[in-house]
Amino acid sequence: MTFDNWLPLLILLTSLLPGIVIFVLPEERVRWRTTLNMGGAILKLGLIGIMIWGVRHEHVYDFRMPILPNIELVLNADAMSVMMTALSGVLWFLTTLYAIAYLETSPQSRSRFFGFFSLCVSSTVGIALAGNLITFIMFYEMLTLTTYPLVVFRGTPESMRAGRIYIAYTFGGGAAFLIGVAWLKALVGSVAFTEGGMLAPYVGAYATQLRFIFFLMISGLGVKAALVPLHGWLPKAMVAPAPVSALLHAVAVVKAGAFGIVRVVYDVYGIEFSGELGLLQPLTAAAAFTIIYGSVRALFQDELKKRLAFSTVSQVSYIALGVGILGPIATIGGIVHLVNQGLMKITLFFCAGNFAETLGVHHISHMNGIGRRMPWTMAAFTLGSLGMIGVPPMAGFISKWYLGTGGLTAGKPWVIAILVASSLLNAAYFLPIIYRAWFREPAGSWSARPSIGALETHWMLLFPPLITALLALLAGLLADAPFSPLEWARLITAREYRP
Amino acid sequence: MTISLLYALVGVVLLGIGLYSLIIYSHLVKKILALNVAGSGVFLFLVATANQTSGPVPDPVPHAMVLTGIVVAVSATALALALACRIHQVTGTARLTENEPE
Amino acid sequence: MSLNELLQPMTLPAWIVSLPLLAAVFTFVFPRIRIWAGIFTAIITPLMVVFLGREILAHGAIQMQVGGWQTPLGIQLYADGLSVAMLGITAIVIGCITFYARCYFTGDVSSRYFWPLWMFLWSALNALFLSGDIFNLYVTLELLGLSAVALVALSQTADALSAAMRYLLVSLTGSLSYLMGVALLYAANGTLSIKLLATTGAASPSIATAFALMAAGLIMKSALFPMHFWLPPAHANAPAPVSAVLSALVVKASFYILMRLWLVIFEPFINPSTAQLMGVLGAGAIIWGSVQALVAERLKLLVAYSTVAQIGYLFLIFPLSSITQSNHTAWQGGFYFVLSHACAKSAVFLAAGSVIYSFGHDRIKELHGIVRRMPVSMFAFALASVSLIGLPPSGGFIAKWLYLNAALTGGHWWWCVLIIIGSLLATAYVFRFFSRAFSYSPEVVEERPVPWIMEWTALGLALCALILGFIAPAVTTLLDAGNPF
Repeated sequence: MTFDNWLPLLILLTSLLPGIVIFVLPEERVRWRTTLNMGGAILKLGLIGIMIWGVRHEHVYDFRMPILPNIELVLNADAMSVMMTALSGVLWFLTTLYAIAYLETSPQSRSRFFGFFSLCVSSTVGIALAGNLITFIMFYEMLTLTTYPLVVFRGTPESMRAGRIYIAYTFGGGAAFLIGVAWLKALVGSVAFTEGGMLAPYVGAYATQLRFIFFLMISGLGVKAALVPLHGWLPKAMVAPAPVSALLHAVAVVKAGAFGIVRVVYDVYGIEFSGELGLLQPLTAAAAFTIIYGSVRALFQDELKKRLAFSTVSQVSYIALGVGILGPIATIGGIVHLVNQGLMKITLFFCAGNFAETLGVHHISHMNGIGRRMPWTMAAFTLGSLGMIGVPPMAGFISKWYLGTGGLTAGKPWVIAILVASSLLNAAYFLPIIYRAWFREPAGSWSARPSIGALETHWMLLFPPLITALLALLAGLLADAPFSPLEWARLITAREYRP
Repeated sequence: MTISLLYALVGVVLLGIGLYSLIIYSHLVKKILALNVAGSGVFLFLVATANQTSGPVPDPVPHAMVLTGIVVAVSATALALALACRIHQVTGTARLTENEPE
Repeated sequence: MSLNELLQPMTLPAWIVSLPLLAAVFTFVFPRIRIWAGIFTAIITPLMVVFLGREILAHGAIQMQVGGWQTPLGIQLYADGLSVAMLGITAIVIGCITFYARCYFTGDVSSRYFWPLWMFLWSALNALFLSGDIFNLYVTLELLGLSAVALVALSQTADALSAAMRYLLVSLTGSLSYLMGVALLYAANGTLSIKLLATTGAASPSIATAFALMAAGLIMKSALFPMHFWLPPAHANAPAPVSAVLSALVVKASFYILMRLWLVIFEPFINPSTAQLMGVLGAGAIIWGSVQALVAERLKLLVAYSTVAQIGYLFLIFPLSSITQSNHTAWQGGFYFVLSHACAKSAVFLAAGSVIYSFGHDRIKELHGIVRRMPVSMFAFALASVSLIGLPPSGGFIAKWLYLNAALTGGHWWWCVLIIIGSLLATAYVFRFFSRAFSYSPEVVEERPVPWIMEWTALGLALCALILGFIAPAVTTLLDAGNPF
């Protein structure tokens, strides 16, 4: 086996091995733990860089291992996997930095936290690199298992309740997904991801069964992707510490679900075949409904993290919407939103965490004048919110533009209506926050800044949101540059629609 | 009817009586007795099958089975009686308490 | 026989049976060396099983006449891939538990009697998996039952004694029923050898009755619903190592016999609706066992009811294998369940035992936050639960997948639904315990420090269940060696 074969596995191992070691590390070995964490993250980024370059030049990175009599565990790097892996890698690095500072004062075991954290990222990378549905489902379930301890990390009764709801939803979804995959395998024999889909030849005999299987699989994936009505776990999971919410909502869990939907529609069924079977309309309808529903619910939340949670519910469905509309432009829009939403949302959650950790502020009604006390954090928050609303030149604008254009060219003008409505709703629930923060007088008094010239909060809490906000800005400004998310999405779509 | 058939039928009847008593009675020693009766029924049935061979010499295999079975039955009865004694010592009664563990 | 002849690979089956037997006798006569004898056996026997396995993979099934006596009066030992797989899992599980038991019973009076009984149990299991004729199976079944009962009664509390008595009565009844079946089968076919019975035989009322009797007896011993009533008290009240081996291996032994007989002798002659009936009973077991596990107040009771549920999965083999296209897959799935459940369930019982050792009780309501206090045991419990629920990557997932594949290939979607419901219920009762274990509690509780061997053997067994998820091709090759299917 050459290096090309080992590379996907190595990328997986750079977080898996440190994770296992961190578990057995005694609590006091802070330096060891930090070294392992950061070392693993940097190594992973390096390997991902190699992979990006390679896939761009049509290298094949493939790792196979037989796991069942006629099924293999396949780790494969195509353009889509690379994009998702890169997103995970970069955001893991930043979140680790953030989490180290955030959990300074936590009484619970940090070894356990970072151990599960690393395993969680390994699962996400595994999902990204999966080359067939079996591998995908293995890492998908592993993701649920490794995120549960993070959700219930604080150990309070609400955390436990949130954990129970989380398990109920995600295992139910996983069961539906498993039946779908097993059924497909029994029917068709192969469950590999192939560019352009591989089920088209089977339309004659199995059309109805394929429709059922699609429904099962999308339901299973829809739980993690928070499609209404399967989204119930997401707002409850906000009791987790901010780094967990950041990771769950920007990278790991919701993206895994959305990514799965992309994979199933493009690489298992094939986009044109899905259209033929009439599967896209229900998907688009569900996505559209979720977009509006999420935004409306967000309007009525006073707790900042809950508002962001419902915003996530809404925003992730943009990806499903892009998938559901037949046509390359919409596809580009959906896929690039995977990255853009990730960057913007993680910024918002980092900032929310900062407000909670440094000033004890959890509710929007208490956020008056917070911009004066923590200007940099609030600036990042503002950039993120503007991106969510879709204001150019933030990255969010790019996604919405492509989705809208795609909807028009596919003959579905109502998509524009949904997008406009959603942007207005976004504005309705983000702009007031920004206004309060910058232009209102604070109600009580917060602890003053340590001294003039000192940072408003710990540097490891401050820099990550600034970096991600900057990246979100650059992803929009430099969208036409090579290696930007947009460029990459174009590449993926080109390969997807290849005749 | 032939001798073998009679033996076989009696064996089955004994088995039935034994199993029935096992279920009906709650005193441990009676249950153990019932199991022994049932066991004897099975052995009797086996002895009956030994006579199925053509010719004057009976089939030795069922006899071997019965002998082994008797040895096993004796050991099992010994263990059962020892347990029953101990239960009586510890709980004061020789009946199994109908407890569903909480 | 010269020494050279004694050490041929052909004689491995005999050694595998005799070594634990000798150890049992030695540990009874010389109590002082009991621990060393036990550990010695625990190391050597697995090695012998490995050699046997290699032999079978290379040359196919092995047959051996004990003492040179020919059948039908002599005992024949027969080893194919399936037997070796069962021997292997027995060796691994009992080997690990031996190390655990060494620490668990230290300083206890019952340790004196544990070791001989433990070795007898192992010898009985080995002999059972190597038997080539149906009467020998009866003898080994009895030996197994008696040792297991004595082990259950070891702690001598009133509950343990009643549970042991109940178990003994059920076991003896089951064996008698089985023996009657053997008698009928012999009367009809004139032979006791399994291989010969496979070729002779025709459908007749005596065959059907024989099967009914044998199946009834074996089902009682396997604790299939509704004959499961003896299992929860026995497993919950026995010492932890004993519960582990009971759930993992002893109930599987009678199931193994039932499967062998069905596969080799009875399948062509029995009404297919019998298979469906067993499947329905299995479904009942899964639902009932899971529901009872959900409301159990003690950890060991929860785990015991989980065994009742998992045994239901095993009996799904019968209806699933009657689907012609999936016959082979169904058998592989069923046995994969046996193998992974053995590892996972023993790991869980050992972890529960560590909890009792440390805190003195296993009432679930009071086990707050033990994840922090006993991380290794809890991790073992978690890994093992992954296999019990059937999540990837684990042996349980492979087994579940094979079953789902078998069912869906034949279009029998209702078994799929049942299997998935079983998994969801298992998730429910596992997480019922885990949410307590993870919750934060600042209170100080008295605890005894647990010896590291105890915690790490549990983890080792759990890892075995996990590893089974990755080596499926190798295991299925082994299972197929010697063509048992």
